[in-house]
Amino acid sequence: MRVPLSWLSEFVDLPDSLDELIAVMDDLGLVVEGVERVGEGLESVVVARVEEIHVIEGADRIRRVVVEAGAGPVEIVCGATNFSVGDFVPLAPVGAVLPGGFEIARRTMRGVVSNGMLCSGRELGLSEDHGGLLLLDPSSTPGELLTSSLALAPDVVLDISIEGNRPDAWSLLGVARDLAARFARSLRMPAVATPQGEGETRQSAQVSIEAPDLCGRFTLSLIRGVRVGPSPEHLARRLTLAGMRPISNVVDASNLVMLELGQPTHAYDADRVGARTLRARVARPGEVLTTLDGVSRALAQPGRGLGDSGEDLVIVDGDDVIHGLAGIMGGALGEIRDSTTEILLEAAFFDPMTIARASKRHGLRSEASHRFERGVDPELALFAAARFVQLLEESVPGLEWVPGPLDVLGELPERSRVSLSDHDIERALGVSLERATVVRLLEGLNFTVREEGGLDVIAPSARLDVRVGSAGRADVIEEIERLYSSTRMPRRTPSWPQPGGWTVAQTLRRRAREVFCALGGHEVWTPTMVSETHAALTHPTSPRIRVANPLAVEESILRPSMIPGLLQVFARNAERGLGDELFGEFGVVFTHPEEAEKTRRARGGAGGTIEVELPEETERFTLLLARPGDDARRAVVTARTLLARLGLDDLDVESIGEAPSGWHPSRYARVLDTRSGVELGRVGEVDPELVRGASPDSRRLGLVDLDVARIVEAARIRERDSRVRVPNRFPAALMDLALVTPNEVGADQLRRVLLRASSLVESVTLFDVYRGDSLAETERSLAYAIRLTSTERTLSDADVADARRALLEAAASLGATLRSTS
Amino acid sequence: MSDEPLAHLDTHVEELLAAVEALNSLEELIASEPSLVGKRSVLSSLQKSLGSLSPEERRDAGARLQEARRRVDEALRVRRVALEQAARDAELAADYLDLGDVVAGGVEVPLGVGHPGIVALTQYALEEVFVGMGFRVEDGPEVESDWYNFEALNIPPAHPARGMWDTFYLELGEPESVVLRTHTSPTQIHLMERAVAENSLPLHAVMPGRCYRRDTPDARHLASFHQIEGIVVDRGITFADLAGTIDTFTRAYFGPDIDSRLRPGYFPFTEPSAEFEITCTLCRGEGCRTCSQTGWIELGGCGMIDPAVFDAVGIDAGEWSGFAFGFGIDRCAQMRHEIADMRALIENDVRFLRQFS
Repeated sequence: MRVPLSWLSEFVDLPDSLDELIAVMDDLGLVVEGVERVGEGLESVVVARVEEIHVIEGADRIRRVVVEAGAGPVEIVCGATNFSVGDFVPLAPVGAVLPGGFEIARRTMRGVVSNGMLCSGRELGLSEDHGGLLLLDPSSTPGELLTSSLALAPDVVLDISIEGNRPDAWSLLGVARDLAARFARSLRMPAVATPQGEGETRQSAQVSIEAPDLCGRFTLSLIRGVRVGPSPEHLARRLTLAGMRPISNVVDASNLVMLELGQPTHAYDADRVGARTLRARVARPGEVLTTLDGVSRALAQPGRGLGDSGEDLVIVDGDDVIHGLAGIMGGALGEIRDSTTEILLEAAFFDPMTIARASKRHGLRSEASHRFERGVDPELALFAAARFVQLLEESVPGLEWVPGPLDVLGELPERSRVSLSDHDIERALGVSLERATVVRLLEGLNFTVREEGGLDVIAPSARLDVRVGSAGRADVIEEIERLYSSTRMPRRTPSWPQPGGWTVAQTLRRRAREVFCALGGHEVWTPTMVSETHAALTHPTSPRIRVANPLAVEESILRPSMIPGLLQVFARNAERGLGDELFGEFGVVFTHPEEAEKTRRARGGAGGTIEVELPEETERFTLLLARPGDDARRAVVTARTLLARLGLDDLDVESIGEAPSGWHPSRYARVLDTRSGVELGRVGEVDPELVRGASPDSRRLGLVDLDVARIVEAARIRERDSRVRVPNRFPAALMDLALVTPNEVGADQLRRVLLRASSLVESVTLFDVYRGDSLAETERSLAYAIRLTSTERTLSDADVADARRALLEAAASLGATLRSTS
Repeated sequence: MSDEPLAHLDTHVEELLAAVEALNSLEELIASEPSLVGKRSVLSSLQKSLGSLSPEERRDAGARLQEARRRVDEALRVRRVALEQAARDAELAADYLDLGDVVAGGVEVPLGVGHPGIVALTQYALEEVFVGMGFRVEDGPEVESDWYNFEALNIPPAHPARGMWDTFYLELGEPESVVLRTHTSPTQIHLMERAVAENSLPLHAVMPGRCYRRDTPDARHLASFHQIEGIVVDRGITFADLAGTIDTFTRAYFGPDIDSRLRPGYFPFTEPSAEFEITCTLCRGEGCRTCSQTGWIELGGCGMIDPAVFDAVGIDAGEWSGFAFGFGIDRCAQMRHEIADMRALIENDVRFLRQFS
């Protein structure tokens, strides 16, 4: 909201220092976001009359101009051509500093001395016009200050941001009231007119409310003897400074009242309102209104908003013709015209929620709707009408405000009443404030305060944001804290006996990141919202979770996988020759409730009354290995290293089953934790077809894709057995076994069987795999290094032979046989 | 020239189809294509022979020839797909690797210097400060119902305050009933509900996480970003505790010479609410362009938990009180590392990534 200080100071005395004022406003929560100094730099600009214009020899773009500025002829070199002898123009003499800091100096051009500058509107910061000099009123006097000729008082306009719980602060008076309360200064109310003249309003006009829950108050004033014309200069300027365009004295008065008091009003041409009657009623489906912005709007249509039934409040006349969308925008039918002589002025209170919903539904926001949806003071309507008349009288003396303006009530919100003890304040703020201070601050904001043991506080009508009960208490305490000043509040760092810390998942996640970095990984951040093309790379048939209002169609689906994002990161870096890296992302992927293993259900709907189904969110670590030489083997080793560091060193890497879309169909495996059987994730390579799309060369791209929740689950199970085995001191016997094993038996499966074959087996490690001529295609030779030890003695040859026999028997149970050495 | 140029058309077609079926490789297919359907094919020469027919006969014969050509083309297409699939199958079979047989010791993995993401790095540093102050770290989901993201936080539908959060809605259930969370605050609700259900109050937690707002990305905003939120629900917690917590955190994270201050603000889920500002980290309070000469920069929002929020989760506001605060993790990173344009964070250029460790 733009606040011209010249206007604000009519209501309260302001401090001399602008810095102090801004600091106080910030501290009051009226945050100053911009400071505009109007008329600054014009102090020494004067009015000059053009006396002579001469061509300068050899120059066709500049001319020598002689002007009279009250102290004898002055010679100026000027490039503009839009003036002639006798015109009045602004002169910035030598030494003047124009808005923007440009200092005028004596200059010599083409041998001619220029003693100042004649200015355009833009050079003076008065308009955007730079087509030529600013031409002034011929009745001006040479030498007169430009500011007095244009009645340009230097002013400062603050741009302040008003918080959502300050309906009262959407007006100059509201801002002034805060300042008056903080500075303990008096607040000056604006002058208002009183009704006068013949007859009673009810004899000539009628008003009624047919939706008392939506329209709490409807006042209607009949004003006679109106002459529509421009507003007086000072009022028009005030509007301009506040950021609104002057239109006519009637419309301007309405806007001035809104800016000043916060009450929107609407003026109708009385002759164009059927039966001079206005009614507030709910719109019926099928009704249409063309609003002043020229848009035709279907009324009473349910909107997209949660719980939006499509209720529109309209203002209709005695013939049931719709004149406007209440509190938001009028139609053209009753618009003020140049010929208007009698007006009906509506000043009303509408239900904030109704206005908010309708404004959102129709995509129509106005200065009025902005204020109504926050809550206009329900007691303000007739005061605003009186101020309107007062302002209009300035341009239309002898105006007649017919006595007995109509005032019809619907259901008005009650002023909240809150009981407040000293203890309540101390309990919330951590400081005890003097009772007298509290009362003074609250009364400064028009709260009614009675002391009865504690305080009995009644909120002013302008503060519809103040609630009742404990919430209302919090609202009132906030006002006390705000006016007293946040910066004066004490600080105390609390402590408690409960220790801080991380969950198991967070600890594992931190550790996984460390290992990832230790392995040389670069962590990236790819978009959560992806394109259909991306989603289809890994999930061609899954139902999509679509964003209803995406910023772009390429970002309209919640990602089912991070693999396409990582491929894109690789491709982009590879284009620059920087793609040879290990990339990884730690993030969430989404599954549609229809496909979710465990559908998430949560309280939802309007009022939280129903249960809604939400997408399943799976946190994953997804790694893309894109260095030269990277492949599925490296992916396996990387996954094993990472998981081992998380305590999961006993894994089954199973190359069985069909690879999911996007993965290399014959270089893919599932990774399972042996002890718990939990599937932790997948390893392999990117499908060569996708690599062709992403890579400049035909390299292999390794993939590791792990499920964090599963890792946590497996780690939890593992943690239950935290016993550590002390290595025994007897020497170990080492033995290598090469076992011809059917392809369908996994190397880990066989290793596990060997590990259990004899109590002497300490460890079994795969060290070589052989496929080849001497073996059938359906089998390969797996060579294991085996350590045998006993906790009781040094092993004898017989012990070793027994163990070997047991190992071979165990191997045989899976169809594996000792490879002949011949 | 025969009276009936297409007398043997069916025989020709059968021969062609048989020839297509007999193709055994993609190379063969490509080599044979001109003689099967090209200009030198039997169908093309038949086409030329139609010139001698009357217009009606020509139309009739043309149609038959076209149908014949369609059958051969289709057979060729089917065959091509089958051969391509076979070629891919053969390639994949040749590529087959039993990943269970990978011998760890037999695979060389290159050494390299890795780099955590700047967001994670910043988040961890923040978490460490808060854990030191006695906060637990908690996670929450990124998709929420309207209830958790808004209503339980005292923001009813159509409330003007909703304008503070430009929301992405999902096409699930009723319109606008499921959202990508616009802030980490819904996690507060989950934690308070859990604490009530488990009878485990007090609650002292910080909640970092990814959030989404429908803002067109620019130098200072991304449509997805990261926040960290803090909540304390305990007995006897006051606004002074909130101010002290903010101050302790600020000095611990940004340095002992960085001060903090509160000024009134508005959030529907806290009352009183405040914005918190810290000494400008660039000019150390002297006043510069970044802080608009004020010496202060806004970091986040905070306040005492609104009784309406306690009501929504079933906490007795007479017994418990609390505060909450929140601010941007990315914004902290931007300030700390002087990143002019936030969009660098999602570019993922390795030259950017390499700077973090």
